[in-house]
Amino acid sequence: MLLISCPWCGEREEIEFSYGGQAHVGYPQDPRALSDEEWGQYLFVRDNPKGLFLERWVHSQGCRRWFNIARHTVTHGITAIYKPGEPPPPPA
Amino acid sequence: MQRFSFPSLVRNALSHHERWKPFWRDAAPKQRYDVIIIGGGGHGLATAYYLAKNHGITRVAVLEKGWIGSGNTGRNTTIIRSNYLWNESAAIYEHALKLWEGLSEELNINLMFSQRGVLNLAHSLSDVREGMRRVEANKLNGIDAEWCTPAQVKEFCPIIDVSPTTRYPVMGATLQRRAGVARHDTVAWGYARAADSLGVDIIENCEVTGVLRENGGVAGVRTTRGNIMADKIGIVAAGHSSVVAAMADIRLPLQSHPLQALVSESMKPIHPCVVMSNAVHVYVSQSDKGELVIGAGIDAYNSYSQRGSFHVIEHQMAALIELFPIFSRVRMLRTWAGIVDVCPDASPIISKTPVRGLFINCGWGTGGFKATPSSGWAFAHTIATGNPHPHNAPFTLERFSTGALIDEHGAAAVAH
Repeated sequence: MLLISCPWCGEREEIEFSYGGQAHVGYPQDPRALSDEEWGQYLFVRDNPKGLFLERWVHSQGCRRWFNIARHTVTHGITAIYKPGEPPPPPA
Repeated sequence: MQRFSFPSLVRNALSHHERWKPFWRDAAPKQRYDVIIIGGGGHGLATAYYLAKNHGITRVAVLEKGWIGSGNTGRNTTIIRSNYLWNESAAIYEHALKLWEGLSEELNINLMFSQRGVLNLAHSLSDVREGMRRVEANKLNGIDAEWCTPAQVKEFCPIIDVSPTTRYPVMGATLQRRAGVARHDTVAWGYARAADSLGVDIIENCEVTGVLRENGGVAGVRTTRGNIMADKIGIVAAGHSSVVAAMADIRLPLQSHPLQALVSESMKPIHPCVVMSNAVHVYVSQSDKGELVIGAGIDAYNSYSQRGSFHVIEHQMAALIELFPIFSRVRMLRTWAGIVDVCPDASPIISKTPVRGLFINCGWGTGGFKATPSSGWAFAHTIATGNPHPHNAPFTLERFSTGALIDEHGAAAVAH
């Protein structure tokens, strides 16, 4: 069980949150200009690193707001939590 | 290969079972092979076995970073069935089931394959409709499938609570009688032993750290035991597929998640079949040793750590006790997780890649064990001939740009 510190509500248990996958994946600027391969990449392909991962979570059982987390996918250690629109932490 | 038979058992009993030979040689890596298989799980070993047996390619190395059976092969809940919805999946999973039916004899090892029947429960009207649709789709594909009313469910598995007053009442179930379970690590050992006897080198404690490339194709791999060369390489690395594929600059549509399971203390035979429930997230069978083998849904977050969060198990136990009140005081012994590589459409990828000579077999997600024989069969064909077998032709990497997805979230029966 992860302990996650919501930027608005503070530390809560993982069961209050829902996972949103990789962070900082923007909607394509001009979707009509994309080839089928590029559109497939946008729809289906996300990073899957063994190590630090920038990912989105939502406090669905609390304030229902989204935010970003930098978490290690082996140790599960959380090294940064930041609000949408804020820059990600510099890579260590 | 030292074959098992009644006389060989008697002979070895007389020598106090001290003269059995190891199942496979402790092979040291050679400099060059025709084919390198990265990943010594069931699928990788089956691929090596069918490369040698069906295609006569015996200069094959299987590279395993740990030991044989240390990954998902030894971590799954051993369920085997072929009741998938779409024609493409039905073909490959049914081929696997047919191979399972003769596999103990073929590999000369007792896989403890037990066709005790699998029930997939329905707990809502939409579950019922989806289940009935799947039964009819299965029948059209020549796969045995039946629809059971709650009374028939109770008759097939008397310990299920089918009363209408439970929180998620059982409203029916699909039943595949030919489905069942097998002893999972024996499957890996059996394929390893048979492949080894055909000349395949099984190299344990050999982690691949890089893919060597030459003129747009593969040339070999860099490993913790030195460079090994080959013109054809197959990646069968399950949860670590993305990591290995990244060594050849390939991005895969996979996300790695922990999938947890646990076993109880041993009991007398009480549970006659396999019961799976999509809606309340539990699947359970009883091993021949007497333990209940219980699986959960995946943990939501990406992870490579082979352990998940406790609340997932708590949820799974709540579902178990709801369905089987008789298990309320059973104590659990061990829990663990495997890292599963989940594809967006819950179907595998058995495919060529943009890199010449590099092939990939991944994305089996939560349900790869049942497909071990046909996965190896089709992947061996793809590597040997350079073209997909009819069974894996639909399961390409390209389907994520053409849109020809094979959506099996319903039949996958594990919460994603």
